[in-house]
Amino acid sequence: MAEKEKNIYGIMAEFDSADELVAASHSTFAEGYRKMDAYSPYPVHGLAEAIGFKKSKLPMLVLIGAIVGGVLGFSMQYYASVESYPLNIGGRPLNSWPSFLPITFELTILVAAFSAVLGMFALNGLPMPYHPVFNVPRFALASRDQFFLCIESKDPKFDRKETKKFLESLKARTVVKVDP
Amino acid sequence: MAEEKDKTKTESPFIEPGHTYGSITDKISSMILTRKTPLGWFIGFGIAFSLMMVLLFSITYLFMKGTGIWGLNIPVGWGFAIINFVWWIGIGHAGTLISAILLLFRQEWRTSINRFAEAMTLFAVAAAGIFPLIHMGRPWLFYWLMPYPNTMNLWPQFRSPLVWDVFAVSTYALVSLLFWYTGLVPDFGSLRDRAKNKFAQKAYGILSMGWRGSAIHWHRYETAYLLLAGLATPLVISVHTIVSFDFAMAIIPGWHATIFPPYFVAGAVYAGFAMVLTLIIPLRKVYGLQDFITIRHLRNMAKVMLATGLIVAYGYMMEAFTAWYSGSEYEQFMILNRMRGPYAPVFWALIICNVVVPQFLWFERFQSKVGALFAIAIVVNIGMWLERFIIVVTSLHRDFLPSSWGMYAGTFWDWSIYFGSIGLFFTLMFIFLRIMPAISIFEMRTLVKGSKKKIEN
Repeated sequence: MAEKEKNIYGIMAEFDSADELVAASHSTFAEGYRKMDAYSPYPVHGLAEAIGFKKSKLPMLVLIGAIVGGVLGFSMQYYASVESYPLNIGGRPLNSWPSFLPITFELTILVAAFSAVLGMFALNGLPMPYHPVFNVPRFALASRDQFFLCIESKDPKFDRKETKKFLESLKARTVVKVDP
Repeated sequence: MAEEKDKTKTESPFIEPGHTYGSITDKISSMILTRKTPLGWFIGFGIAFSLMMVLLFSITYLFMKGTGIWGLNIPVGWGFAIINFVWWIGIGHAGTLISAILLLFRQEWRTSINRFAEAMTLFAVAAAGIFPLIHMGRPWLFYWLMPYPNTMNLWPQFRSPLVWDVFAVSTYALVSLLFWYTGLVPDFGSLRDRAKNKFAQKAYGILSMGWRGSAIHWHRYETAYLLLAGLATPLVISVHTIVSFDFAMAIIPGWHATIFPPYFVAGAVYAGFAMVLTLIIPLRKVYGLQDFITIRHLRNMAKVMLATGLIVAYGYMMEAFTAWYSGSEYEQFMILNRMRGPYAPVFWALIICNVVVPQFLWFERFQSKVGALFAIAIVVNIGMWLERFIIVVTSLHRDFLPSSWGMYAGTFWDWSIYFGSIGLFFTLMFIFLRIMPAISIFEMRTLVKGSKKKIEN
């Protein structure tokens, strides 16, 4: 087991295509590395799974948001019409639930949509203006047409020389260290 | 970058061959970052901005004098404000349809127009939102529409379609904004990395939230985007349904009809696609985007327009049929008054614009001729405005009691605010084109060959 590296964030390899990146990610995972991340200019299917990502909590969050929105929406109208300010109009029922449905529906969607977007950003840890990977000059191409794989130094198996050699063996275009 | 790898030849027909990830990125980001702003932009922006000034001036005068400067009076208490509101909201709907519903149906051709259409939605909703606000006698008390604990111990009337409208439209505006911004985040990242000057780098950096394209981020991002699309789809239908309830819940002849929700939703999509075509045809020319927005896109949009136009035509037919079949004297009178009364020319103009002219779209000749499509789209835009005019005005101006009949026409200020709102819409659109990617860069990359298939090791 290599000793922990403190003055380096990780080692990054650059690939020319999504296929190469996915293949490299699989090999890296098989090699026993766990603390790593892959970067691509568009969503590549199967890539997150290749680096060991299991299942997103997001759909559950959105469901909870939807339920909260719906329940709040209906109870607000119920409270206003039955408890807070009951109006007797020709003996019609105070809890006239069919006419409460449009607002209940809209609030369900509203809270669910906010949970989807805010939940996605929160789980992703964004906004994060500074991140070590931006120190690599060629990383600017990750938002254009290049694909990157970064093994982080907090991985227990990380060793500056060994990891670099391993990544080079994956036929990466370039392999560079990432400053913290 | 100097080295242009030819690793990726495109195969999708929705993008001209020869594009790579890099060329797509460079072309779209150059519209904002490096290319000289085309002359057409300055001319268009100048006109739109002047019209927006007309809007500001008119609204100022309106706030000074009150709604008496409009043509509103009893019996026609709903005039241009509600017509314009429904017209603008309807236009917005095509944007959500393109970005959400076509995404769920996996229609790849939406990719090059969805960003643009979403922006259109947002700005159309902004233009729509003005009208209910300025239609209030005391617009500064608009917040009374919202439920909040207040010293009057009062609540909004939750059983009123007008209050439903407040919730529907504000939800629609917020969700459209979220959808649009979420789609933009990775592209802001691309712009941040391409931008040369410090200010642009900072601004796009902040807007991109530090997006770095991590695989796990993309995974959650796609989940969120798909869920948003799933939420926006019923939302967009509910919004125009609720807008139609503003009419259908009333007992006014011609309004109290069960066909209104589907008929309004179809009309909204119809008007919206007409507006997308109106905007996108000059845009692709001025910016030279014919390789991204191909004739196939235009033809697809023409087909959607034709289909929704036919639904709308069916709606007109059923309105007449139901009026006759109902046996109600007032309903029957209303429809005859529409066709033969003082507003008959408007009604027949609407039929020509919305039912007759779009029939040209059956022919491939017209679907793929850009000029003809543009002309038809403009005609449909006008037709849909006339439709709302007919629905609002003819039902109100002669209802139950002949003693309370009256006529309605817009005044100068009605028209100046209407045209001003078009100015506002186009001003926002032009600013958007200048500072944000009008075509989704990262989604265009997925159209390039090999990016879609799932790769197993």
